[in-house]
Amino acid sequence: MTSNAAASALGKDLLGLEHLSREQIQLILDTAEPFKEISERAIKKVPTLRGATIVNLFFEASTRTRISFEFAEKRLSADTVNVAASGSSVSKGETLVDTARNLEAMRIDMVVIRHGASGAAHFLAERIESNVINAGDGTHEHPTQGLLDLLTLRDHFKRLDGIKVCIVGDVLHSRVARSNVFGLRKMGAQVGVCGPRSLLPNAVDEWGVEVFDRIEEAIEWADALNILRLQLERMQLGYIPSLREYNRVFGVTRERLDRAKRDILILHPGPMNRGVEIDSDVADGPFSVILDQVTNGVAVRMAVLYLLSGGKPELAERAKGGGA
Amino acid sequence: MTPPRSSNDPGTVLDAKALARTLRRMADEIVELNEGTDDLVIVGIQRRGVQIAERLVRLIAEREKVQVPQGALDITLYRDDLQTVGPRPVVGPTNIPVDIAGKHIVIVDDVLYTGRTVRAALDELADFGRPKRIGLAVVVDRGGRELPIAPDVVGKTVEVARGQRVDLFIEELDGRDEVVLATVEGAK
Repeated sequence: MTSNAAASALGKDLLGLEHLSREQIQLILDTAEPFKEISERAIKKVPTLRGATIVNLFFEASTRTRISFEFAEKRLSADTVNVAASGSSVSKGETLVDTARNLEAMRIDMVVIRHGASGAAHFLAERIESNVINAGDGTHEHPTQGLLDLLTLRDHFKRLDGIKVCIVGDVLHSRVARSNVFGLRKMGAQVGVCGPRSLLPNAVDEWGVEVFDRIEEAIEWADALNILRLQLERMQLGYIPSLREYNRVFGVTRERLDRAKRDILILHPGPMNRGVEIDSDVADGPFSVILDQVTNGVAVRMAVLYLLSGGKPELAERAKGGGA
Repeated sequence: MTPPRSSNDPGTVLDAKALARTLRRMADEIVELNEGTDDLVIVGIQRRGVQIAERLVRLIAEREKVQVPQGALDITLYRDDLQTVGPRPVVGPTNIPVDIAGKHIVIVDDVLYTGRTVRAALDELADFGRPKRIGLAVVVDRGGRELPIAPDVVGKTVEVARGQRVDLFIEELDGRDEVVLATVEGAK
């Protein structure tokens, strides 16, 4: 679409993991490795994106994803602006495209978008020149969350090929689940899902995943559990009878994990409902990598920002002859 | 005796034995420059500078019986041409294992050309602390500087004609030790 597309091995945008190749996912994960070290430095900043302007356009409430993106942007020296839906012209009825075009008229380079409608990031990417990064769209995808989960799993198992990962909980409404399934399967992992049938998609049989109706079976099978947040409003909507019952049947507890013969890695995208989908002694237990996920989130997002920020070939032409 | 040849004929500049001798001399000169090994830190630039740095540290340990701290620097994120190059260059690991404040750092690279890599390395090191002094040791100085940067320790100075390039091959990465003068493909 633009000169950026040719210059980046990822293309112009990051909209989801469904259409990325195994090699592209590998590239992002490998690029994230050296970015981890930057956050450990005394001066946590490199000049890589100096002069680039990034808009964080959040139509849905988000704390950790927005902060994580903002840290990633700032540690790469980009200039950032946060636009939240409330208190902006969005609440006055401006359309998504008008909002983005107005921002683009102020010469921005990248947009990070979180939106309640599935496909919003894609819709925007087709209509603006800036790079678009999907920070979660409806129940569709949340690619950087999927990538940080992959990185955390790879850190622990030293590989992704052949490991068994079970996603537990509200798979139906979860963009995290979808990004995980696409990413994990591409990298050669075996994927399972476990939850009440009312919270599994109808088409789950076509996903190429194992389906477990009982959490005990999932624990028996898996090397790692990725436990999704149970949206509390699901109860009012009639998907589950009660939180207490959900915890009794699907809650991941120390007792259930102890019955498995081996150690099972515990992931959770946060924020957690302690005592609902996950018990405190599991969340804080020795096999929990929940805080590693948060740390890795910054590194993965730095890698994505770096890889998408394309070089400008017309400038390269001028610079020809100047080697390293 | 090596057969006589004009200084910029393509071919071997340093074979394995000559490179080993050169590195021994460089190790001695680094210690001399630093007046000993106190506070000395050797930092190699990714990629081949890291292996050269490793060898220099080993050579210094043999002579001086002191293990000098060693780091690795990847300068990709500090390059001045990131706005123009694409696709994105691969970023390698950076590892500075000691607090560099007040230390005597010697940056090590394989070939010194425009000086832009060294400029980037200086900027990156400044983000880790304020060393007492920073020196530069390179195996080959091929001229062609675009910045006011000069090496303190040089293995070999090579005259390079237009359309030529100096390549350093190292056992750990390339399976052999050699420095060659090569003709750039498609050069005018």
